[in-house]
Amino acid sequence: MIHQYKLNGFNIVLDVFSGSVHIVDEVAYDLIAALDGGEVPADACARIAAHYGLPKEELEDCLSDIEELKSAGKLFTNDPYANYAFDFKNRHATIKALCLHVAHTCNLNCEYCFAGQGKFHGQSALMSYEVGKRALDFLIEHSGTHKNLEVDFFGGEPLMNWEVVKQLVLYARSIEKDAGKNFRFTLTTNGVGINEDVIDFCNKEMYNVVLSLDGRKEIHDSKRVDLQGRGSYDVILPKFKKLVESRGGRGYYMRGTFTHANPDFTNDIFHMADLGFTELSMEPVVCDPSMPYALTDADLPTLFRQYEILAEEMLKRKQEGRPFTFYHYMLDLAHGPCIYKRISGCGSGTEYFAVTPTGDLYPCHQFVGEEEYKMGDIWQGVTNTEKANEFKHCNVYAKKECDDCWAKLYCSGGCAANAYHATGSVTGAYEYGCKLFKKRIECAIMLKAAESALED
Amino acid sequence: MKRIQTLNTRDLAKSVKNGGCGECQTSCQSACKTSCGVANQACENKDANK
Repeated sequence: MIHQYKLNGFNIVLDVFSGSVHIVDEVAYDLIAALDGGEVPADACARIAAHYGLPKEELEDCLSDIEELKSAGKLFTNDPYANYAFDFKNRHATIKALCLHVAHTCNLNCEYCFAGQGKFHGQSALMSYEVGKRALDFLIEHSGTHKNLEVDFFGGEPLMNWEVVKQLVLYARSIEKDAGKNFRFTLTTNGVGINEDVIDFCNKEMYNVVLSLDGRKEIHDSKRVDLQGRGSYDVILPKFKKLVESRGGRGYYMRGTFTHANPDFTNDIFHMADLGFTELSMEPVVCDPSMPYALTDADLPTLFRQYEILAEEMLKRKQEGRPFTFYHYMLDLAHGPCIYKRISGCGSGTEYFAVTPTGDLYPCHQFVGEEEYKMGDIWQGVTNTEKANEFKHCNVYAKKECDDCWAKLYCSGGCAANAYHATGSVTGAYEYGCKLFKKRIECAIMLKAAESALED
Repeated sequence: MKRIQTLNTRDLAKSVKNGGCGECQTSCQSACKTSCGVANQACENKDANK
């Protein structure tokens, strides 16, 4: 399977199953399209030669190059994975990541929050040290040979339970060596509770911090408000600046959400970049389509163009020596994920679980509060075998809608929670998300083509 | 090749043999929390990438 597209002056051909990326001229682009469409090679060569006023030999040379790529397994490759006996049932017997919901409460009241103001449709709650400690022990006990174990302190707002977060990190550090493990901690915060102590501790212990900022003040303040309805931009921005400036190159992401209210979301990303932040992420809101801020089909052309503008501006700023990173455009074509990762996806419900303040396990943070998806708890382990099997079998080859999709080895079938909320099944497809995802990958690969052209 | 430039990419078919260690980051942990992309995850197995 191949995918061809033109973007920002580049003609790009992706070979889906080998992962190869080819940048071609108009003639080769047309010839590859003709061959993919089943046209007889000699007829295609004659037709395209006539169209461009080229000697037939030129097309025959191009055809020969295409044949060479085909023989090398870099073009028109067939699917070598579908029939592989990838034993997913047994592959994911171990757990490597937990999302610890240390606080089901929040000091902000963001309109679009999928966690329902931090409570996940339940009662406010804080995780006790004992529950958190047991969760860390549970992770080690079930991690098999995995060395790197990831723990995200999440909420609600995790800084509302900061002392427990610190105690849990210190506990993990005290046991990781003997257990042969390496904990990587992430803190996802709205920033309100950041102070000197938080900054110092994060810079020592957090592998990554995710900071929620939606961009321009008026956009941020329209959704991310405190319990009195006041915008939080002016409160958090100085704190984020201080944290990032003192981070000394350690990982962070400035992460925003865009909605129907700001389909021109690149202006929010550029605002973050102009503030001096360089590691940026901006996500489309995921919500009930009936919400007034839900993205609509009519927004799609604008959003597609926005992703192109983003890529063009990133290229420009890189050339000007003031680059920034956009999470979804980070592609390492040469050293990226292997085929196992690309087929199995995010690992929710198999190697990744969310833990509630009371120690219940869910497939991921987005399933918390969906009672039928309660998988078990950190004392008994995974006991909901029906749902566990559902997730074990949930991979890109289990999704019918993905069969003919060129992007399937980039998204691995998409987010199970989004699929469930959109279709009622984790093996369904959240089509709106698919459309945006495909556009982002096209832009990300175009950026790689452009960077390659600049190096040449 | 005159009309085709091929970028340097990891051979996915080969990674059937040298991949699968599982040490890479869980996709959703790093930044997004509301979508799934695996292509932007780094491979932790430096030997497999040689």
